Amino acid sequence: MVVVGDAQSSAKLDRRAVVRELLRQRGDMLVVTGLGSASYDVFDAGDNEANFYLWGAMGSAALVGLGLALAQPERPVAVITGDGEQLMGMGGLATIAVKRPGNLSIVVLDNGRFGETGMQLSHTAYGVDLHRVADCAGFPLSLDLRTMEQVRELQPHLLRTEGGPRLATIRIVAEAQKRALPPRDGVYLKNRFRRHLGFAVS
Amino acid sequence: MQATDGRWPQVIYQVLRAGNVEQVVYVPDAGHGALIDMMLADERVHTTLLTTEEEGIAIASGAWLGGQRTALLTQSSGVGNCINTLSLVANCRFPLLMLVTMRGEWAEFNPWQVPMGAATRPVLAAMQVKTLPVETAADIEDTVSSAMMLAFEAGQAVAVLLSQRMLGRKEW
Repeated sequence: MVVVGDAQSSAKLDRRAVVRELLRQRGDMLVVTGLGSASYDVFDAGDNEANFYLWGAMGSAALVGLGLALAQPERPVAVITGDGEQLMGMGGLATIAVKRPGNLSIVVLDNGRFGETGMQLSHTAYGVDLHRVADCAGFPLSLDLRTMEQVRELQPHLLRTEGGPRLATIRIVAEAQKRALPPRDGVYLKNRFRRHLGFAVS
Repeated sequence: MQATDGRWPQVIYQVLRAGNVEQVVYVPDAGHGALIDMMLADERVHTTLLTTEEEGIAIASGAWLGGQRTALLTQSSGVGNCINTLSLVANCRFPLLMLVTMRGEWAEFNPWQVPMGAATRPVLAAMQVKTLPVETAADIEDTVSSAMMLAFEAGQAVAVLLSQRMLGRKEW
């Protein structure tokens, strides 16, 4: 039996507009994206040397963010990913909660769908709430956002280097967007990110 | 667990710290137990307890993006969990240093450890991770320091395989 959660069926937010708002005043934010639409959204909002786009390794985005956040405690780190990608790394939310990096925020663009494979329903469409998982794991802040005003209120939190980790699910409309494809060359993405942080490319 | 030379975890600890490894990611493991305790006691090292080993591949990659070196401590059974995530390392040519305690290859009591023990080397080779086996404690210092140079200077993915014979028999 298909039971699509009310949160998804009533979602009104446009994912591209949400991500543009989150990155409009990004300051010295470092951004890691989960594969699929989240990577396209962040690229569409404006490519940046401080963006690291994942094209695979599903379930890894938040944990790449964790390693980065621990290594760069003075910089805010935002992971922007989708519900399907984060569902594959649910154990990682326990790992992050225990490690408690104050400068890490995770934004889950939640449309209750696996967009990349044809918009099949995901677990969140059946009622799994990732913000509640984060809350139960021990995240100091977990939010479930449904309006643009709430998104605007979240934005300054992404620039904080203390008080995390934070996780926000943002309920977005389940509709496919025109693809905006960031570079796929991992070595290039790695080297430009490290160069941005001042590390020599050897 | 009895080691043939009880000092080898200390040797690994010293080599990793001398090589400026600042993050250690691990799952609980009897073979790595003493090393994990030393890392936990070192306030200059970020130690991260994982729920599954592939998380460590992702964390090590993020740490390198941020300028830090990481060691992943795992059993051979955990190597299998890492396979797809190793595509991150291969695509981005991230350095990777894994220290793998072997099971299922010597004086093994539990048959469930045997398949992944036998598959550890071919799986790692298939995902472009170089394996450096250690059969005796006398070789540990040289092998781990060589693996560190391969990983962090030459940018390679490397796994040091600590043999079950060296680790000693698990008492049931």
